[in-house]
Amino acid sequence: MGILTREQLLEIYYYMKLTRTIEERLTHLYRQGKIVGGLYRSLGQEGESVASAYALEPGDFIAPMIRNLGSLLVRGVKPWEIFTQYMARGTSPTRGKDSVVHFGSVERGIIPPISHLGDLIPVMAGIALASKMKRLRSVALTYIGDGGTSTGVFHEGLNFAAVFKLPLIVVAEDNGYAYSTPKHKQMAIENIADRAIGYGIFGETVDGNDVEAVYAATRRAVERARQGLGPTLLEVKTFRMRGHAEHDDARYVPAELFEHWRQKDPIDRLVRYLRENNLASEDDLAGIDSRIDAEVEHDLRYAEQSPMPDPSIALQDVYYEGVGSFPPSLEREPTYRRT
Amino acid sequence: MAVLTYLEAIRQGLWEEMERDERVFLLGEDIGVYGGAFKVTEGFLEHFGEERVIDTPISEAAIVGAAIGAALLGMRPVAEMQFIDFISCAFDQITNMAAKSRYRWGAGVPIVVRGPCGGGVHGGPFHSQNVEAYFFHTPGLKIVEPATAYDAKGLIKAAIRDEDPVLYFEHKYLYRRIKEEVPEEDYIVPIGKAAIRRPGKDLTIISYGWMLHKSLDAAHQLAAEGIDAEVIDLRTLLPLDDETILSSAAKTGKVLIVHEDTRTGGIAGEIALRITERVFEYLDGPILRVTAPDTPVPYSPPLEEFFLPQVEEIVAAARWLALY
Repeated sequence: MGILTREQLLEIYYYMKLTRTIEERLTHLYRQGKIVGGLYRSLGQEGESVASAYALEPGDFIAPMIRNLGSLLVRGVKPWEIFTQYMARGTSPTRGKDSVVHFGSVERGIIPPISHLGDLIPVMAGIALASKMKRLRSVALTYIGDGGTSTGVFHEGLNFAAVFKLPLIVVAEDNGYAYSTPKHKQMAIENIADRAIGYGIFGETVDGNDVEAVYAATRRAVERARQGLGPTLLEVKTFRMRGHAEHDDARYVPAELFEHWRQKDPIDRLVRYLRENNLASEDDLAGIDSRIDAEVEHDLRYAEQSPMPDPSIALQDVYYEGVGSFPPSLEREPTYRRT
Repeated sequence: MAVLTYLEAIRQGLWEEMERDERVFLLGEDIGVYGGAFKVTEGFLEHFGEERVIDTPISEAAIVGAAIGAALLGMRPVAEMQFIDFISCAFDQITNMAAKSRYRWGAGVPIVVRGPCGGGVHGGPFHSQNVEAYFFHTPGLKIVEPATAYDAKGLIKAAIRDEDPVLYFEHKYLYRRIKEEVPEEDYIVPIGKAAIRRPGKDLTIISYGWMLHKSLDAAHQLAAEGIDAEVIDLRTLLPLDDETILSSAAKTGKVLIVHEDTRTGGIAGEIALRITERVFEYLDGPILRVTAPDTPVPYSPPLEEFFLPQVEEIVAAARWLALY
């Protein structure tokens, strides 16, 4: 450690803790039946998500996957956006049209995922391509799980980006399981970053629960991207400390694995480091924690009071002109007359 | 006005749009140095440079995915599928990523995916398909298929300027076989509007693409028998021009739909049902369809000829309907 300042480390702590706190509230809401669909947590992975996004700058683009709430918070997404989105409220970023972290904004540099794994990689390659064409110097960063690297489109996207030396960073999160399928049934290699050699791009494997290592590796990738040296496949070794979603009790994961990774919790680890190096007092950390609690409670209240969407908006935004000109109508119009 | 082939008209439309708007760029396999498998983009690389005419790896999902990403950043990409059959490799990017983007998060994806479709050139099961029905079911997409050189130019320009994802299917049999006078000045053919190619009063034949020409040949033969067929060229398959279809159906009371695509789940079924829902009481007979049978497209000339709808079949169906 040592490349991040005290202020930066405290900011990273804030985002990691904010992620965990929001997700804890979401779990509570889920148990109360207030979450409309599923709930997918990033418990144990907050470090890599936050630190990688933290290495970007304004003007860069990010496309999260299901476990990258932390990345979104770093990019300025507010807790109320997450709560309203999971609760399908009319005030949510997608106005109730999509769920989970499936929302974005080109202006804010956030491209939302779809549920089809790997599909974001060519899309972010296209963002990187347009960034290059428009001389924006923007970098595009997206995530993929270990399972997602088995898709054809992962290969197509990385190869495409490699050929054109596009400023693309793909963070491959090796968290051990793709739903219930362990990594050894997903691929016959140990390190996902080894795939990089097949594309002629830079690959690196780092400890995903070490925020400074993830930050440093992402910074290196960002620098290479800005210098026109092409994409990076950055593998982060981490672990998913829950099931795939809250409905999944993860009984397929051996208990000792959870125990092993619990010792490596990224938040505990950062706190230990801050304390051991006298970078933060108990008061400093407690101050951040209480700020997070107040922010989360405030935004959660707002979300709970938000109305559900008006059903009529379900018809809007199919086409640019609105769906109004092409409705499936059963009305009998008197204009059709035999002449 | 210059006389252009269907292919030259597409090419001219692309060229003019690239001159008009620097956000427009092309990407696809072998479209640069080689000029495209059918030479639609011949000469583009020399004129517009390799940043706007991009030869890509063989990766349809990446071609369309990258087009989507670039469109989100304000570009106007036109992605070529070397044969439209290969669009299936990009199915997910088109139907899930592009088509739903505006609906989910308000971001338009103004891309065009274009490529040669259809049979008649002995291309076999993987170089002859009509893939419209795969996409016809997806809200958010627009699908066009010109049948004339004038429309080919006007529709490619409209597609590039459209704010939604547009699939532009060009029939390879027509590429060099039809030609007509095409204006040199800028014009578009609006998406969503069908054309009445031949007015008539006894029955309506609805078609598009190559089959429009066969339908017109059939109408010509029918006229000699005293049967006056109205022939509609859909031009846009999604969204359908209900106004033109329903008005004509109500006027003639008899409808025959002709398409080269296979029968089951083809778009003729949807058109027929829209007519029965809306103007059933004006109908004087069952709605008929002449389509390819439910088989893959065969390779050998006699087999392919058997597969493709023929003028005689259209004439026979129309005659039966006229006498009903």
